[in-house]
Amino acid sequence: MLGVVRKKMLGQSLLKIRPAVSMLRSYSSAAKQMTVRDALNSALDEEMSADQKVFLMGEEVGEYQGAYKISKGLLEKYGPERVLDTPITEAGFAGIAVGAAYHGLKPVVEFMTFNFSMQAIDHIINSAAKSNYMSAGQMSVPIVFRGPNGAAAGVGAQHSQCYAAWYASCPGLKVLTPYSSEDARGLLKAAIRDPDPVVFLENELLYGESFSVSDEVLDSSFCLPIGKAKIERVGRDVTITAFSKMVGHALKAAEILEKDGIDAEVINLRSIRPLDRSTINASVRKTNRLITVEEGFPQHGVGAEICASVVEESFAYLDAPVERIAGADVPMPYAANLERLAVPQVEDIVRAVKRACYRSVPLAAAA
Amino acid sequence: MAFCSKSSRNIINNLKSKLGLSRLMNRGSDGCLNKTNPDRFLPLITLPQLRNPDSYSHKTSHSFSSQRFQSTTSEPQFASVPNGEHNQELDFPGGKVVFSPEMRFLSESPCVYNNCYRVLDDNGQLISNSIFVQVSEKIAVKMYSSMATLQILDTIFFEAQRQGRISFYLTTIGEEAINIASAAALTSDDIVFPQYREPGVLLWRGFTLQEFANQCFGNKADYGKGRQMPIHYGSNKHNYFTVSSTIATQIPHAVGAAYSLKMDKKDACAVTYFGDGGTSEGDFHAALNFAAVTESPVIFICRNNGWAISTPTSDQFRSEGIAVRGQAYGVRSIRVDGNDALAMYSAVHAAREMAINEHRPVLIEAITYRVGHHSTSDDSTKYRPADEIEWWRMARDPVTRFRKWIETNGWWGSEAESQLRSSIRNQLLQAIQIAERAEKPPVNDLFTDVYDNIPSNLRDQEKLLRETINRHPEDYPADVPF
Repeated sequence: MLGVVRKKMLGQSLLKIRPAVSMLRSYSSAAKQMTVRDALNSALDEEMSADQKVFLMGEEVGEYQGAYKISKGLLEKYGPERVLDTPITEAGFAGIAVGAAYHGLKPVVEFMTFNFSMQAIDHIINSAAKSNYMSAGQMSVPIVFRGPNGAAAGVGAQHSQCYAAWYASCPGLKVLTPYSSEDARGLLKAAIRDPDPVVFLENELLYGESFSVSDEVLDSSFCLPIGKAKIERVGRDVTITAFSKMVGHALKAAEILEKDGIDAEVINLRSIRPLDRSTINASVRKTNRLITVEEGFPQHGVGAEICASVVEESFAYLDAPVERIAGADVPMPYAANLERLAVPQVEDIVRAVKRACYRSVPLAAAA
Repeated sequence: MAFCSKSSRNIINNLKSKLGLSRLMNRGSDGCLNKTNPDRFLPLITLPQLRNPDSYSHKTSHSFSSQRFQSTTSEPQFASVPNGEHNQELDFPGGKVVFSPEMRFLSESPCVYNNCYRVLDDNGQLISNSIFVQVSEKIAVKMYSSMATLQILDTIFFEAQRQGRISFYLTTIGEEAINIASAAALTSDDIVFPQYREPGVLLWRGFTLQEFANQCFGNKADYGKGRQMPIHYGSNKHNYFTVSSTIATQIPHAVGAAYSLKMDKKDACAVTYFGDGGTSEGDFHAALNFAAVTESPVIFICRNNGWAISTPTSDQFRSEGIAVRGQAYGVRSIRVDGNDALAMYSAVHAAREMAINEHRPVLIEAITYRVGHHSTSDDSTKYRPADEIEWWRMARDPVTRFRKWIETNGWWGSEAESQLRSSIRNQLLQAIQIAERAEKPPVNDLFTDVYDNIPSNLRDQEKLLRETINRHPEDYPADVPF
C-alpha cells in the first residue's frame, strides 16, 4: 500500500509525460508552476475583469476570501456588488442566481462542497438545466455552479460524495471535472463563457497541488474546449479513463505498470457531459482493454456509462471485460484506515490493469 | 368528512370586518406584550404623486389629490424608557437589545388583526375616506374588459378540456382582480415571474387569445414549441417568464432578476406571484430573506385564496396570514382585499414606487377565494361544500363588483356588456378551432434548445429518427410536419 500521494513527484512526472504544447510561435515552452487554487483564482479574476456581467456568489466567498481561498482578493478588487456573501441557503442563492441569469447576468455560484448542492438541486435541474428547452429558447441560463466535489481527507459521509454521475445524467447541463492547473484555468474560463448551465466539479485535495503551466495557459484568452478529453499518457496495452483526482492515481499506476512491461494509456476525461466518446473509443480500439476509474459510488456511475458506450461502439475490439474501479458502495467512513479502504488507491488500479492483461494477481487489497 | 368551513369562515370574517381604515393601531390588549412599542405599523402611507395627469379624474371628491411622496421609515421599535439601568440599549453583533427584568414571550399571533386594505365595498361602491390611486376611464374599462375576457377564456378552455380537446387546464376564476389590477399597475418593463394562476397578467400585456390557444394545443405556432403542458405560457417580449410547474421556485428567481435590474439601474422591478401554499416552500423563506439583505426591487404578491388543492390554510400555516411574515424578514408588507380591483391597483402601484425608488422588497398579501377547482384534475366538491363555492362565485365575484363601480361612473352599460361577452366568446371559439387544426411542431423541435448549440449526439439521433420515419411512413402521424 503506497499511502498518500506525493504531490511534488506528480508535478515532475507530468513534465516528462506531456508533449510540449505551443501552438503559437510567440510563446516560449518554459514552464512555470501554478497551484490549482491559483489557477481557479486567476481564471475567475480574468473573466470578471473581461465581462461586467460575471459575478460570484456563495457562502464565505467575500470577506473570508473563500472557504478554500479560491476567491481570494476578489472582493477587494470588484466590490460587494460582484462578490456576494450569501445567507446560508443553498436553495435560496441557487434560485436567485438562476433568476439573475434569466435576466442576463452571468453568475458563478460557489457551493462550499457539492454535498450541499443537494439542497439546491431542484434549482440546478428544474430551473437551470431544463429552462432553455422548456421555454423553447426564450430563457437561457449562462450560469456556473462550482465547488469541491468528492472525497477530501477525513470529512465523513456527508462531505465526501462525488456528484459527477448525478449531474451528468441530466440533459441541459454540462459537467466538467478539471484535474491539473491547465484544466482548471481552461475549463473554468470555458464554463463562464458558455451560454449553457455548467456544473464545475473541483477537488479539495487538488487545490494545493502544483502543476507546470505554459505561457499559453497563462494568457488571459486561454480556453479549453468543452467535451474534449485529454490523453495524459500515450500507451499501447490498456486504456485507463479517469477524472479529477483519480487522474493522478492513474498516472502513478501507469508508472508502476511500466516496470512490469505494461504500457498504459491514461485519458483525463475533463468533461463528463458531454462525454468524449470518440476519444475513449478510439483509444480502446487501439489498446483493446479498458479500466475506468472514479471516486464515486459504483452503481450508475461514470464508469458504467463509459463501459456501455464502449460495448455499444467497440465491442469487437475488446480483448478483456471492461472493469470499473470506483469508491466502495458504502457512505464514506471517517476513520483513516476505513477511508483508505473506501477510496480507490493506486494499487487497485495496478491490480485491475493486470487482471485485464490476464496476469495473475492477488485478489484482495492489503490492509 | 371535514369540510374545513372554519377556514372559509375566517376569510369571510376577515373581509366583513375591515371596512375602511378606521382601526386604531394599538388597542393595548393584554395579549400585546410590547407595551413600549407605539407603532407596529408604518404611519398611513401617503400615495405617490400621480405621474400621468390624464389619469386624474375630476369626478369624485373621494379621489386622492396629489401629495408628495413621503419617506416611510418605520418608527423605531425601541422607545426610550426613562426607567434607568435595567432598560438601557445594548449593541450585540446579532442586534440591538433593550433588556427587561420581565419575562415576556411574543405572542404567536399579532395583537391587532392585520388591516386588510379595501376601497370598494361588496357592492362596488367607493367606501368613504378611502385612499386609492385614481384610475382613468380608459384604464378602468380596459381593466374590466380584461377581467371579463379572462373569465370567458377560463370557462371556454375548461370546457375544451372536458371535451377532450386539450389535455389539461387550470382556471383563475375568482382571482381576476388580482391578475388584471396588478398587471395594470405595472409597466411593461417590469419582469413577471408567475406561478401558474396568473394568465391575466399576460393577457393585460397583449398576449392574444390565439396565442393562448396555441400554447394549450401545443401546435407549431406555440412559443413553447409544444414542450410544455397547457397553461405553461411564457413570452420574452411581454417580459413574462415561462410558467414552471414547481411551486415557489420562481420566488428566488424574481429576487435574482431584481438584483440584476438594480445593478443595471433600470427603472423597473421584478414581480412574482404565488399562492398561500407556496409560502410553505423553503424557497419563499430564502427569497424574502435574500431580497431584504440584497435590497432588491421586487414585489411579492401572494394570492391567499384559502386552498392549496385540498389543503386549507389552517393546515398550511398557523401564522396570521402571509403579510405578517414580511416583518419577520425585514420586508414591508400589506394585506389587501384581492377581490377589490381598485385596492389591488393602488397597492401594487404604491409598492412599485417603493421597490424601485427605495430599493426594497415589498410583500402584498391579496386575500381572495379560489372559486374553480385546483385544475381539471381536481374535483373540489370532494373537500369543500358546493354551496360555499357557489356563494363565492355569485356573491363575491370580483368582476361584477368592479363592473358596478364603472357603471356607477357611467363608463359601462348592459349593451357594452353583452357586446363584449359575445365578441370575446366568438373570438375564443374561433381561436380554438384554428389552434386545433394547426400543425404540430416539427420533429427537429424535439432536439433543439437542450443546449445553446445542438450537440453531436442529438444530431445523430435526429438523423436516425428521420431514417426510421422514411422507412415506415405509414406509421408516422399526418399532422406533424417532417
